[in-house]
Amino acid sequence: MVINKKPRSHNHSLNPNFMREDRTEMSEDDDRSPPSDSVTTTDSCFSKTQTRTSGSTSGSGPSSVPEFQAPYPDQVLENVLENVLCFLTSRRDRNAASLVCRSWYRVEALTRSELFIGNCYALSPRRATSRFTRIRSVTLKGKPRFADFNLLPPTWGAYFAPWVSAMAKAYPWLEKLHLKRMTVTDDDLALLAESFSGFKELVLVCCDGFGTSGLAYVASKCRQLRVLDLIESEVSDDEVDWISCFPESEMCLESLIFDCVDCPINFDALERLVARSPSLRKLRLNRSVSIGQLHRLMVRAPQLTHLGTGSFRPSEDVAHGEQEPDYVSAFAACESLVCLSGFREIVPDYLPAIYPVCANLTSLNLSYANINAEQLRPIIRNCHKLQILWVLDSICDEGLQAVAATCKELHELRVFPIDACEDSEGPVSEVGLQAISEGCRKLQSILYFCQRMTNAAVIAMSKNCPDLVVFRLCIMGRHRPDHVTGEPMDEGFGAIVMNCKNLTRLAVSGLLTDRAFSYIGRYGKTVRTLSVAFAGDSDMGLKYVLEGCPRLQKLEIRDSPFGDAALLSGLHHYYNMRFLWMSSCKLTSGGCQQIARALPRLVVEVINDEADEDMGNFVDKLYMYRSLEGPRDDAPKVVSIL
Amino acid sequence: MAFQRDGDLNLEATELRLGPPGTTEEPEKQTHPTTTAKCNKRSLPDMNEESAGSRTNNSNVSNEKKHDRTSPPTKAQVVGWPPIRSYRKNCLQAKKMEAEAAGSGIYVKVSMDGAPYLRKIDLKVYKDYPELLKALEDMFKFKVGEYSEREGYNGSEFAPTYEDKDGDWMLVGDVPWDMFMNSCKRLRIMKGSEARGLSCAV
Repeated sequence: MVINKKPRSHNHSLNPNFMREDRTEMSEDDDRSPPSDSVTTTDSCFSKTQTRTSGSTSGSGPSSVPEFQAPYPDQVLENVLENVLCFLTSRRDRNAASLVCRSWYRVEALTRSELFIGNCYALSPRRATSRFTRIRSVTLKGKPRFADFNLLPPTWGAYFAPWVSAMAKAYPWLEKLHLKRMTVTDDDLALLAESFSGFKELVLVCCDGFGTSGLAYVASKCRQLRVLDLIESEVSDDEVDWISCFPESEMCLESLIFDCVDCPINFDALERLVARSPSLRKLRLNRSVSIGQLHRLMVRAPQLTHLGTGSFRPSEDVAHGEQEPDYVSAFAACESLVCLSGFREIVPDYLPAIYPVCANLTSLNLSYANINAEQLRPIIRNCHKLQILWVLDSICDEGLQAVAATCKELHELRVFPIDACEDSEGPVSEVGLQAISEGCRKLQSILYFCQRMTNAAVIAMSKNCPDLVVFRLCIMGRHRPDHVTGEPMDEGFGAIVMNCKNLTRLAVSGLLTDRAFSYIGRYGKTVRTLSVAFAGDSDMGLKYVLEGCPRLQKLEIRDSPFGDAALLSGLHHYYNMRFLWMSSCKLTSGGCQQIARALPRLVVEVINDEADEDMGNFVDKLYMYRSLEGPRDDAPKVVSIL
Repeated sequence: MAFQRDGDLNLEATELRLGPPGTTEEPEKQTHPTTTAKCNKRSLPDMNEESAGSRTNNSNVSNEKKHDRTSPPTKAQVVGWPPIRSYRKNCLQAKKMEAEAAGSGIYVKVSMDGAPYLRKIDLKVYKDYPELLKALEDMFKFKVGEYSEREGYNGSEFAPTYEDKDGDWMLVGDVPWDMFMNSCKRLRIMKGSEARGLSCAV
């Protein structure tokens, strides 16, 4: 039975998840018509209805019906609706459903259990908790991706604190929290642990601001905890033995991922924890765990499906000649193992221990393992089922050829540089890329760092791997042309957008003229995320993209000669985007002001590095995003919001 | 196949310089709006940039350190480029520096004429030539004779040689130990007439 909430003073025709279609949700507080092309049927629907307590959707005047009343036909309809909408899980479907009419809006809000917020500043916690009252799972994303590369001041924001306070009151039955690029403090974690008695899953990706003391709170208080995943987060060492804080009784722990936690742990406590967690399937150890210790854990948990192997080297105090455990058997016993990672400080001699599991592996992450092609070959030769592979370029083109020869099911490949600077040697090149394109026809996602590339290889990949969804090529030397022909890399990227019909994410590099962008604008109709660095000649480049890519949601640009005119050409589209980032381009504060004035629902943040005095008129960093709340109040001094 | 290390380096095409795109000798049509001082400034490993725009974490600091180690640096490092997460950069950076500093070993193969197997040794284990030679003698059961600069190894039919970075075969002992450690790619203990030839060739 749908229980009517007390009437609100205004509608929320807003959608924290802003749909990707060309529509603008705005609070109906505004009687102004929405900008240009976004008049929708829903807006007209909402403008007709006044505050209502019933589910009726006819456009009559304000209702004077008392709040609680006997069920009537529309109420029944709402009950039915509630039962039906429960089955809708996709948030896009739910967003669509919520726009049908007032009744559907309300019922959808009551039945939504998973909340996804792509930008924590797009709306306030209060707004979210007011609309959605029965949430069990929240996904929250904060800083823009370029924060990972130190382009954002550390005090910029994305604080979890206001969210956890609001949720502590509104969602006491919260079970799952997934945060990405948020600043989370130990206090936040303590509040979380105290407030949600049924809490089950905590996933922190690229977060910072907390330490092992925060983890200790979670470990000790969250008795129903099943998942504790810390992925690429910065965790400070408060010298707290958090592993010992888990309850002594048998645990329902299913996943424990802490490979990014760079502090030593109490291994004996960990071993006991693993022993009393029969449901444990995923375990990723940090590099303080030696291979000998790994062995002990594997023996305790042969049921693991995902294993992060820690350092994969013997501890310092193992004497030579001492009997080493049988690593091969330990791996052989893990019959369910499908995902292997770790190898943080690998001694390559031990790598053959993983032979028994290779044939079953679907995911292998060797991206911290400095191994060469020769060492890779015997491993990869057996990995017929491999779908995801992350490696270092230390394997060279030959290593990639070996991958191409065996891994016919490969969906995702990432090749990271062992020496991430512009003038390093670059052991992988177009040769490796070409080989992969020929061998791994099912490739959907690639991230490839290199120093040398040719258009021909990129074109080949565009033809050989038509299923590509993500294509990210990083030629590390800036402005590097095709090293064989000397030409810009325009044609290569052009071919990618032309031939890969499912492409949604693209990162470009190398020497690129406006022509490359004209290709992207012309053919990149499905592109949602675009990353640009050190590319383009003029404003036209950016214009092509803003005018040509209707699905564009996230655009991040650095060090490219795009100015105010280009920025203004995107006015029609910015409300449909999650954000735009532009740093070290040719924007002036005047241009940014213009945008801010034209689009009141856009928050336009300008960050100027104080050090740069003779920047002249140019804006150092622009970060803008749509928001229902207007300028935030937690911005540091370096950020000015126009 | 493997990329060519030697041969056509085509340095000019890949030469990196400070400056806006296209201002190289390459015949590209690049129309250049006048670049502001900002573009150049961004390329400098300015201390100001570090404190203002970035966390004071290892990544930039280690970039600086790395900078010092490469000699000579052809290009200044830019903030946040290449786009690798600090965490990953630090991990690998740390490993490299550890390897350089603490010494993860310089492993070279050693072959001896007439012996059916190769051996591998860690040059870092030895602190000078006598130690190395003694180890080789023990390993292969032979005697190496007296070394003199003019005459090479006298009194033995064996001569220890090594291939250096340029691909040349040199007599072990001719260059200072440190230089040897840095340039030695592999060792070969020559026997018989070849060995004698070497000792006179100096």
